[in-house]
Amino acid sequence: MSALLETCNLTRQFGGLRAIGDLSLSVNRREILGVIGPNGAGKTTFFNLLTGIYPPSSGDILFKGNSIVGLLPSQIARLGVARTFQNIRLFRRLSVLENTRIAYDSQLPYSPVDALLRTPRARVRERESIDASMELLELFELGSMANECAGDLSYGSQRRLEIVRALALKPTLLLLDEPAAGMNPYEAMQLTDFLRWVHGKFSLTIVLIEHHMQMVMDLCDRIEVLEFGVRIAGGKPDEVKANPRVVEAYLGTEGELP
Amino acid sequence: MSGMNDWTKSRYLPSVVLFAGLIVTAILPATGLLNDYLQFVLVSVAINAILCVSLNLVNGWMGEFSVGHAGFMALGAYASAILTVKLFPAAPDILLFPIAVLIGGCVAGLAGIPVGILSFKTRGDYLAIITLAFLMIVKSGLENIPYTGGPRGLLGIPRLTTVAWAYFWCVVAFWVIRNLVYSKYGRGIAAIREDEIAAEAMGVNTRTAKLVAFVTSSFFAGVAGALFAHQLQFINPSSFDILKSTEILVMVYLGGVASLGGSLLGAGVVTILTQCLQPLGTWRMVVLPALLVLLMLFRPAGIMGYRDWNWLKPRIFTKPRLEKSKQAPLQ
Ligand SMILES: Nc1ncnc2c1ncn2[C@@H]1O[C@H](COP(=O)(O)OP(=O)(O)OP(=O)(O)O)[C@@H](O)[C@H]1O
Ligand SMILES: [Mg+2]
Repeated sequence: MSALLETCNLTRQFGGLRAIGDLSLSVNRREILGVIGPNGAGKTTFFNLLTGIYPPSSGDILFKGNSIVGLLPSQIARLGVARTFQNIRLFRRLSVLENTRIAYDSQLPYSPVDALLRTPRARVRERESIDASMELLELFELGSMANECAGDLSYGSQRRLEIVRALALKPTLLLLDEPAAGMNPYEAMQLTDFLRWVHGKFSLTIVLIEHHMQMVMDLCDRIEVLEFGVRIAGGKPDEVKANPRVVEAYLGTEGELP
Repeated sequence: MSGMNDWTKSRYLPSVVLFAGLIVTAILPATGLLNDYLQFVLVSVAINAILCVSLNLVNGWMGEFSVGHAGFMALGAYASAILTVKLFPAAPDILLFPIAVLIGGCVAGLAGIPVGILSFKTRGDYLAIITLAFLMIVKSGLENIPYTGGPRGLLGIPRLTTVAWAYFWCVVAFWVIRNLVYSKYGRGIAAIREDEIAAEAMGVNTRTAKLVAFVTSSFFAGVAGALFAHQLQFINPSSFDILKSTEILVMVYLGGVASLGGSLLGAGVVTILTQCLQPLGTWRMVVLPALLVLLMLFRPAGIMGYRDWNWLKPRIFTKPRLEKSKQAPLQ
């Protein structure tokens, strides 16, 4: 079975710093893959390479068997790769509904001329986008806040909205960058259940970057471990947990591994 | 049944009101109720409202800082005046004038393409400098073209901009820009302002969005320039200098960024203020820039920033979803 996503000798330099070095890994369809590693290991850079925000210095990225290197981030997004950001990046002054619609919009086939003249074609699509986005928001209990500014939501709701916005793209691959950041263990546990439900409901493949170890161990089918941009271990959660190389990398920085 | 009637009534109400406005503006000058001065002020408000709402598209909705709007205006003014003065002075006005205004808009819109393309990679201060350079290129270029009178400008332009035409183009500008900002391209433009990286990651084609914003914005600046030329009856390159751009900037930032109502408000207030300041002579040139400084300090988003009156929005945005399900049994 071919992988949904594959990276081949992926490398990214920032000046003299090698943020990602020679990384070859694959993500299988429908799995939840954890990516862990100490601060500065290159996890976020890995996502930025996958989503086209930075071009790789060398190496290749295959999505559904085709190279996506050199595509614009928006093109990659429209192929079905959605993400959230480590530091929430909502459209803060736009409403919750508009945030969701912007992601949904990429699927609306109408031209700038339709938009400028508000032709029937544009109007039908607009209605469709409002209805579909509201449905999605209601599914995530954000419907009552549809007209509030995204920036006014509570931290937890903002995190949730960022995931909903990513789902409005109708992705096959969802990249989550520390969705539990700033949450206490109880909230992280709730998020774990939530993500498991989302994974099933939307038939997703998920790559999860997370520091909450309990969550990663509970949720992930497989885990890859990065340190200084290099893959130092990988495998089933139990194998990774027992790997002395991983324990060492973590003891050096965080000092605990459940 | 009566519910259906109300619905159709309000659906067409805006069009009816706008059309009535056109008739009123066409008839009123002939009745003698409006003297020349009042007509001049009304036309100026309409032209400035077009300038303001079109600049607002780039500076407000997209959050860039263009200072080149007077340059696009100049292109529209000169292109249309060349048609009415040089090329077809004998053509019937009723046909020639709308075509001249349209062509003025198109010439300016074309000039918006390179600026839009430059905005793909350049943002913020650097893009502001590019628009300043554009303004200077247009002004110096016009000064060096003998055909249009060089620095002395074009004289003897027929006075074709009536209150009705100004009103008509103003309605067109607001309608089109409203359509745009409440479309997927408009949301893309706003998303670029809020967070360009996130916009890209959510599939927004930022290049298309930027091009659409710049071309639409400069098109209407050109339309306003054409109306302006046929209001004042003479234009020269220094009518379109950085001060003209500043005047439009004040309207945008006073009325309110990313707001249709704010654009109307800003244009109205600034136009009337400029008229009241006439006795100050050249000192009034100090007042507007000073006002801009105060605005930036104390109310950077303006009076109506990021808000709008409901009657200016498409119905679909003001009608809550609940109403839709309430209506469902009717059909
Ligand atoms: N745009 C950039 N320019 C220069 N250096 C960068 C850039 N982005 C990341 N880096 C560097 O690359 C390294 C990896 O950073 P990255 O953000 O990918 O780490 P991370 O694994 O996500 O860390 P954290 O757990 O703290 O989020 C760091 O040393 C960082 O300083
Ligand atoms: Mg990170």
